[in-house]
Amino acid sequence: MLQVENTNIFTRAQVHGPADYGTPLPKGRFPRIGTPFKSYWLGKIGDAQVGPIYLGHYGFISLVCGFIAIEIIGLNMWASVGWDPVEFVRQLPWLALEPPSPEYGLSLPPLNEGGWWLLAGFFLTASIFFWWMRIYTRARDLGLGSHVAWAFAAAIWLYLVLGFIRPIAMGSWSEAVPFGIFPHLDWTAAFSIRYGNLFYNPFHMLSIAFLYGSVLLFAMHGGTVMATSRFGAEREIEQAFDRGTAFERGALFWRWTMGFCANAESIHRWAWWFAVLTPLTGGIGILLTGTVVENWYLWGMQHGLVPPYPETGVIDPAMAPAQGGGQ
Amino acid sequence: MKIFAGFIGFIALVLTGFMLLTAGWERPPVVTEQSGYRGTGMLEVINPRVDPVALQAQLDQVPESQPLGPDVGPRARDVYQNVQVLGDLSVVRFNRVMQSMTNWLYPEEGCAGCHNLNNLAEDSVYTKLVSRRMVQMTRTINSEWDSHVGATGVTCYTCHRGNNVPQYTWFNADEDPGSGMLGWTGNGQNRANEQVGLTSMDADPFTDLIEDTGKIRVGGKTVLPQSDVASSSIQDTEKTYSLMMHMSTALDVNCTYCHNSRNFGTWTSSTPQRVTAWHGINMAQVLNTEYVAPLSSVLPEHRLGPTGEGQKINCQTCHQGVAKPLGGLEMAKNYPSLQGEAGSAEASIAEQDAEALAILESLDNGQSSAAGDG
Repeated sequence: MLQVENTNIFTRAQVHGPADYGTPLPKGRFPRIGTPFKSYWLGKIGDAQVGPIYLGHYGFISLVCGFIAIEIIGLNMWASVGWDPVEFVRQLPWLALEPPSPEYGLSLPPLNEGGWWLLAGFFLTASIFFWWMRIYTRARDLGLGSHVAWAFAAAIWLYLVLGFIRPIAMGSWSEAVPFGIFPHLDWTAAFSIRYGNLFYNPFHMLSIAFLYGSVLLFAMHGGTVMATSRFGAEREIEQAFDRGTAFERGALFWRWTMGFCANAESIHRWAWWFAVLTPLTGGIGILLTGTVVENWYLWGMQHGLVPPYPETGVIDPAMAPAQGGGQ
Repeated sequence: MKIFAGFIGFIALVLTGFMLLTAGWERPPVVTEQSGYRGTGMLEVINPRVDPVALQAQLDQVPESQPLGPDVGPRARDVYQNVQVLGDLSVVRFNRVMQSMTNWLYPEEGCAGCHNLNNLAEDSVYTKLVSRRMVQMTRTINSEWDSHVGATGVTCYTCHRGNNVPQYTWFNADEDPGSGMLGWTGNGQNRANEQVGLTSMDADPFTDLIEDTGKIRVGGKTVLPQSDVASSSIQDTEKTYSLMMHMSTALDVNCTYCHNSRNFGTWTSSTPQRVTAWHGINMAQVLNTEYVAPLSSVLPEHRLGPTGEGQKINCQTCHQGVAKPLGGLEMAKNYPSLQGEAGSAEASIAEQDAEALAILESLDNGQSSAAGDG
């Protein structure tokens, strides 16, 4: 008989008690905002209690800066279609706020030739930094480690390399990414083509390995915990110290499957490092592109990384002796 | 299990909706033909239910060509007045070309498309001036650009397809006016543009790249950066990418029709088609600068673009979604007069004349070696 109790994709047992308001705040702090309430449907996928939220100084400044950045980007996009609301919605995936043209280098361009891009970038970066401060201080105030903040910092590193550090190293803001949905994807493809195919960049390879590894670990861990939750495996921290039957069975499953298994503590270290190393290595790869390596394909050829395939016999017609009609 | 099944069903429904409601989807299966070394993804993708049908629809529109008349009797320029091109033709052949051009460009308007019907010799209609130059251009293509058009050649119909003005052309984009303080788009990027495959990149890669082909090669040429070599920007790269999207759309082919996509710049891993395309880009440049652009001065106001120049040509003008225009239909061989030298209309092209005679084996008038037809 098939047992189906733990194949449910929603929370099986919801707790609906009195709302948890949290500990009293120290003096001088912003108050927590909102009256907590219970949601049956949100309780299906998470905790049933919604609110209150603590915004604080950092959160408030972060939201203001973020709002300014989104305003600058959105109003520029809207202006670029002549303030037509229909066109704004229709073309939204194609619209963008572009960085300055190459001729401006690292100097300050006029507002409407990339100046807005610099301003939007400044406020977006400020917003992200203040949000990071918020995450860090929330963790410390709760007596937690700062692991989440440093994981977020790894993503900020990649963001800064793309929009700030590498453009400065290259001596031109024009190297940076535009703000826009399709435009930033087209930028990505053009970036790879310009520098001879990013797939031959070893740090890009590492980043992909960590990204796919993160997905694999997430699936393995989540799958193991859900498969053993009928024995209480979701109480992970207790089981790290006092291995109950759930973790014994999970460990046996992996030991018998592949000879080695993580434990309840180390699996989270694996997952954290894989996730953090994805943007860390990716950022290194981006930073080396154009600054240290001009063409990753040729670099890979030189170092035996790229397999040579039979040549097609085609030669560059610009190098060939002049033929009829050719230039 | 019920909920799980419902969830899967919902996802399937959403994906089906996307498939039906977004453009450019074709139902499988498609046929792929390997066109390069195994394992490199060098493939051509053909949809047997769409691609041959689209080509056949174009071929069904081709007007029937009349038999080539005898190249005997007085020359057209001696019989008619003000015949500056094609004057070497016999009157029969001259009238045949005129009639063909009418079918190709002005099936509705007839002769009046280019001529003042009260005085056919008069140059008062601007389209006549344009046609004359375009005949010279056609002859240039057929005589000097076999590197691109091969033995197939072109006729007026290759581009015009029954339209006064070819369906697919481009105008030089105006400088981005912006809107005062806001809304700069980096010179006309960031619109859904069909000319460049619905990407958000430059809507007009043609002004810079077809009119100045030297800037197309943007990829890094050395392993390490060279401080003494001018470096292509990301913006330059997007412009080239944009042009390539245009070529891909115009020919209905993938990148791998010409390139091994593991490194687009390398010629030794490219297909021979890339050489043909390279000549094509050069051809478009020469034709635009020497033939098409100078005609702007004779065009009326409503034919001019935002920069005051007329429409110009690109890959799509001839190809119209087919790798070989009209599937390689050899129309030009029936029109030896469109294959002469462009510069002098009077030049004798014995070789092509002989070819014309071969088509008309029944005719043997003994004068062909002396009389050029174009």
